[in-house]
Amino acid sequence: MSNKSDQPNMDRRKMIGGAIAATGAMTIAPGVILHAASVSDEASAGADAKHRWGMLIDSNKCADGCSACVDACNTEHGLKGHGRPATDAVWIRPVKLKDKQTGRENRLVMMCQHCEHPPCVDVCPTNASFKRVDGIVLVDRHRCIGCRYCMMACPYKARSFIHEALTEQSVNAPRGKGCVESCTLCVHRVDDGVMQTACQEACSKEGHDAILFGDLNDPNSEISKTLKSTNSVQIRADLELNTGVRYLNL
Amino acid sequence: MSKMYYRELYCGTPARYWSGLALLGVIIAIGLGAAYYMEHNGHWVTGMSNQIVWGLPHVFAIFLIVAASGALNVASIGSVFGGPLYKPLGRYSGLLAIGLLAGGLMVLVLDLGRPDRLIVAMTEYNFKSIFAWNVILYTGFFAIVGIYLWTMIDRSVNKYNRTVGFAAFFWRIALTTGTGSIFGFLVAREAYDAAIMAPMFVIMSFSYGLAFFIITLIAAYIWGDRELGDFRLTKLKNLLGVFVGAVFYFTLAYNLTNLYITQHHGIERFILLDGGVYTQMFWIGQIFIGSIIPLFLIYSPAFEKSRWAIAAASIAVLIGGFFQIYVIVIGGQAYPMNLFPGKEVVESGFYDGQVMSYVPTLPEAALGVAGIAVALTMVAVGARVFKVFPETLED
Ligand code: SF4
Ligand code: SF4
Repeated sequence: MSNKSDQPNMDRRKMIGGAIAATGAMTIAPGVILHAASVSDEASAGADAKHRWGMLIDSNKCADGCSACVDACNTEHGLKGHGRPATDAVWIRPVKLKDKQTGRENRLVMMCQHCEHPPCVDVCPTNASFKRVDGIVLVDRHRCIGCRYCMMACPYKARSFIHEALTEQSVNAPRGKGCVESCTLCVHRVDDGVMQTACQEACSKEGHDAILFGDLNDPNSEISKTLKSTNSVQIRADLELNTGVRYLNL
Repeated sequence: MSKMYYRELYCGTPARYWSGLALLGVIIAIGLGAAYYMEHNGHWVTGMSNQIVWGLPHVFAIFLIVAASGALNVASIGSVFGGPLYKPLGRYSGLLAIGLLAGGLMVLVLDLGRPDRLIVAMTEYNFKSIFAWNVILYTGFFAIVGIYLWTMIDRSVNKYNRTVGFAAFFWRIALTTGTGSIFGFLVAREAYDAAIMAPMFVIMSFSYGLAFFIITLIAAYIWGDRELGDFRLTKLKNLLGVFVGAVFYFTLAYNLTNLYITQHHGIERFILLDGGVYTQMFWIGQIFIGSIIPLFLIYSPAFEKSRWAIAAASIAVLIGGFFQIYVIVIGGQAYPMNLFPGKEVVESGFYDGQVMSYVPTLPEAALGVAGIAVALTMVAVGARVFKVFPETLED
C-alpha cells in the first residue's frame, strides 16, 4: 500500500477499535454471556485474508458524458430504475467537480469505498453490514432490518435503500425490498476468480481505462505498483477510514 | 404530610371514558393501516429517499423516546431526592414514561424496512453499534420502570423503592445519552459532529418529559373531577421554566461551538439563515414557540396562578421540541455532506452537493400520531386499572 503524507496514521484507531471490540462479549448475569455474532466469519467463507481488494480511479481518464460503468453495474446486478431518481438504487455514480480556486474541472465515479474501518459496519445493530477478510464490505440481506443507520453513517453516500418490491433479479446479487445495499466490488466475480469488476470491464471496453481493480496487498499487482509510483488520494482521508478505493489526479 | 390515598381514575361518565378510548383506538388503527400501506408498497410512497433516509416517523419516535425518559423525572425527584411534593406523583410519572416509550418504539419499529425481522434485532447484537445498545437500554427501561412502579404501589416491597429509584434514574440518563449518541456517531455529517449532542438530549428530555407530564396531569384531574392544588402545580411549572431555559442555553452553546469550528459554518448558515423551511422551524418553531412563549407564560407575573397559562406553556414546549427534533433529524440530512472540500459539484448522479427536499406524506404523519395515541392509551388504561393517581392533590 502506498505510504503518502495524506495517509493517516492508523495506530490510534486500532487502539480505539480494540477497546471497543473488547466489549464484544459481555456478561449480562452470572452464567449468561452474550457474544457479538461472528457473521463475518461465515460470510467470508470464500474470502482469503491474504488479499485486500480495491480500486483505483483515474479522474483524468474518466470521460465526460460517459455512463458505461454505471450501465454495466446496473446490468450486472439487476438494478433497474423506476423513474424515481430520489429512491432508485445507485451503486456507482459519476460526479463532475470544479475546483473553487483554479476552476479546473474533473470527473470521477463514486461507489462504496470499501473502508478498512467502515462506519457502516460499526453502527449496524444486527451485524448485517460486515467486512470480509479480503476487505470487501457487504450487507447480509437476510439479516438487514432496514433501519438505514448505515446510510446515515456512511460518509460517501454509497448506500441505497430498496424502496419497492423487486422483480427479475440478477443471480449475481440477491436484493430485496426494505433492505440496504451498495457496491459489492463484484464479489461474485472475485469468488469465481474473475479479477475484473463489471465497471472496469465496461470502462476498458470504451477505451477509457479509468478504473483499475486489484489486490492492494499484492506488491506485484498492477494496482499496487501504480499506487506506489503515483500520487493517489483517498476521498475524505481526514476521517481515517483507510478506503480500498483510491483516486488519481483529483 | 397527611397520608396519601391512591385510587383508580374514573372520569366523569363511563361513556366519556370509553368514547375517549375508542377515539384513541381509531387513531392507532389508522396509524397501523398507514404503516401497512408503507411496508406493502415500499418506502417510495413516503417522502423519504436515499438522501433523506430518516423522515417524519423518526422525528416522532425520537421525540417520544426522549420525552419518555424525561417523564420519569418527577418520580426520580420524589424518591431519589426525597421531594415530598413530587412523591405522590411518582406513580403517574412511571406510567407515563412507559407509555411514551412504547409509543415511540412502535413508530420506530414500524418504520423499519423489515419490521418482520424485529426478532433479528433482538437476538443479534453488534456491540459496537449504539443502536444495539439502545435495544438493550429500551427493553431494560420497561423492566426497571415496571419494577419501580411496583415498589411504589405494593407496600410489601416499598423498602426497595429508593434503590430501584436510583437504578431507574441512572438507567434513564443512559437511555437518553444513548439516543443522543445515535447522532454523535455520524462523524461525516456536519450537523451531528458535536460532543454536546448527548448532554443536550438529556436536557431536552427533561423539558419535553415534564411538559407531557404537566399537560396530561391537568387533563387527568379535570377528567376525574379531582382536586389539584395550585402550589404543587406552581412547583412543576417553575421546574419546567428551568428546563426550558436549560434547553435554550444548550441550543445556544451548540450553535456557538459550531460557529467556532470553521468546517461547520456551512451547516450553521443553513440552519440559522438560509435553510428555508428549516431556518423557519428553528426560529419560529424551536426558539419562539418552544422557548420564548413558554418562558413568558411561566415567568410573567400576570399568569402566576393561571392553569390555562401552565397548560399552554407545556403545549408550546412540546410543539417547539417537535420542531427542534425535526430540524436536527431532517435538517441535518437535507444539508449536503461535503465529500470534496474545495471543490464545487457541477454534476452528480446522486444529488451530491445539493440541498435535498423532503416533503412528509400523510401515512408517515398518521404513523407518528398513532405513537402518541399509543402512549395516551396506555396511560388511560393504566390509570384506570392501577392505583396511580392520588385521590386528591390539594395543597
Ligand atoms: S464507503 Fe460507506 S458503505 Fe462503503 S464501507 Fe465505507 S462506510 Fe461502508
Ligand atoms: S439498514 Fe441494514 S445493513 Fe444498514 S445498519 Fe440497518 S440493519 Fe445494518
